[in-house]
Amino acid sequence: MGGTLSAVFEPGFFTSAPVHAALLTGAVVALISSTVGVFTVLRSQSFAGHSLADLGTLGGSGAFLLGVGPLWGFIAAGMVVGGAMDLAGTQRRNSRDVATGIILGAVLGLSALLLYFDTTESSTTGVTVTVLFGSLFAVSGYTVPAAVAFTALGLATLVLCYRPLLLSSVSTDLAAARGIRVRLLGLTFMLVMGVTVALSSLIVGTILSPALLIGPAAAALRLTRRPLAAMGTAAALGVAATWLGVLLAYDSYHWKPVGSGWPVSFFIIGLIFIAYMLSGLRKPGRTPTTADAASEAV
Amino acid sequence: MTTTHPEPAPSGSEPVLALDGISVRLGGHQILDHVAFALDAGEFTGLIGSNGAGKTTLLRIVMGLRAADSGTVRVGGRPLTRRARGVGYVPQKIQIEPDAPLRARDLVALGLDGERLGPRLPSRARRDQVQQMLEAVDATRFADERVGTLSGGEQQRILIAHALIARPRLLLMDEPLANLDLRSGQEIVELTSRVAKEQGVAVLLSAHDINPLLPVMDKVVYLAGGRCAHGSTDQVVRSDVLTRLYRHPISVLRVDGRILVVAGAAVTADTVETVADDDGSLAVQA
Repeated sequence: MGGTLSAVFEPGFFTSAPVHAALLTGAVVALISSTVGVFTVLRSQSFAGHSLADLGTLGGSGAFLLGVGPLWGFIAAGMVVGGAMDLAGTQRRNSRDVATGIILGAVLGLSALLLYFDTTESSTTGVTVTVLFGSLFAVSGYTVPAAVAFTALGLATLVLCYRPLLLSSVSTDLAAARGIRVRLLGLTFMLVMGVTVALSSLIVGTILSPALLIGPAAAALRLTRRPLAAMGTAAALGVAATWLGVLLAYDSYHWKPVGSGWPVSFFIIGLIFIAYMLSGLRKPGRTPTTADAASEAV
Repeated sequence: MTTTHPEPAPSGSEPVLALDGISVRLGGHQILDHVAFALDAGEFTGLIGSNGAGKTTLLRIVMGLRAADSGTVRVGGRPLTRRARGVGYVPQKIQIEPDAPLRARDLVALGLDGERLGPRLPSRARRDQVQQMLEAVDATRFADERVGTLSGGEQQRILIAHALIARPRLLLMDEPLANLDLRSGQEIVELTSRVAKEQGVAVLLSAHDINPLLPVMDKVVYLAGGRCAHGSTDQVVRSDVLTRLYRHPISVLRVDGRILVVAGAAVTADTVETVADDDGSLAVQA
């Protein structure tokens, strides 16, 4: 039994401080990403999630230049961009696709410049990899409590706004007719989404953070039809993928060639993708009934 | 946020909804021009008019989503507040994806307290209330399906249940027939009429065609050029009344129990029977 355990958990896994920090940060971030992801799909705002992540690159790369932690850069970019996108009206995005594409391209170009400066200043490509693909094992110091605090704030906001968010995802008119301040609610959700994408950029990078936001939610939507169950399932999948990813990444240092571990982001996103594929095996579509068949025949 | 329960009906026989002198100008166009009418409890009223006649604007004013330039709206005898209390609303269509995790049952439950902040504890009484409402609109068969996968007619049933579960005294429906086939449309009209009668709810339903509403309609509010005529079908849908309303010659033809409203004076007088005499009780704004 001990032999099996040590084969699964390579020596030092349970005593390593970076592993502890990675497990804790990864869990809370996966928790909020997956939960917000379900609302993102409910509100048809996946596109906004992708844009937030793209624009987060600017914040992350800028933060390194200024010498502050990437989390603050991601958070600042997420809040500013989320608020701006809400004010610009992401609802009518069809007519704005071209404009949005141009702005996203310009921002990524600027990010490329900042990343270049980051790289030439520190003479290493580590910053680029950290911003774009994350570095969960490098999370330390104030970043851990900060991530926990932001997650708690985001989840508390979701709990508070749960019913109005559900209702306005069905119809903003319906929500407004019941006295819900739809604009304020939409702005609040965009800010929560900005913080969430910032947190997930911290652990899997800006390129992969939409996958952490949407992936567990997408898998959960195939497994359940109920809003709370979908959020619970997504959160469980996200946390499980993150923890298993951390374990595999830790173990991979002992894989051949020994000493050069594989990136944790690869494992997390890979596991989420596998979960998504497996969830397709059981798709609760509409259960056909005889009455359905009759009404379709008419 | 406030409670969903309608306030107790004020004493006396206040109309459920009373509009007076409602006018709206937008971009140099008179959208609504001194519109005035009142609805009594349990009445089914068709809000009839062509596209651009101001039906949606009028409904949005009654819901408190839009302000009128002038005029008053009273719901149950009280001036309209920001949130129209005791008013249920069924939107024309909803914007939910087929894979969104929200069952029909969940949407009906949101009708009870969807605007409230904070978590809600599950309760047996709530579940029973939702189940009863689903039965009332004959929607138990698809109650556990995702809202986004339902047909247009099924979604309308769920939206009606969502609107009525909070026991409003007034139900507003914005073009519910626009996206439905004829048979589903007829089912929705009959269902709405039956459930509204059972609950004593006044219904104001907008449509561009009056015919699907004829079997159930108690009153009609006819909108044209921002002005309105209000009364029974026989009082309002007549050549002389609509000619005054449109300020243009209009003929009302009745063929096989259906009503045709056409521009121009009646041409084939021998095959057409225009409606009987004016009884003087019209509320025509001109």
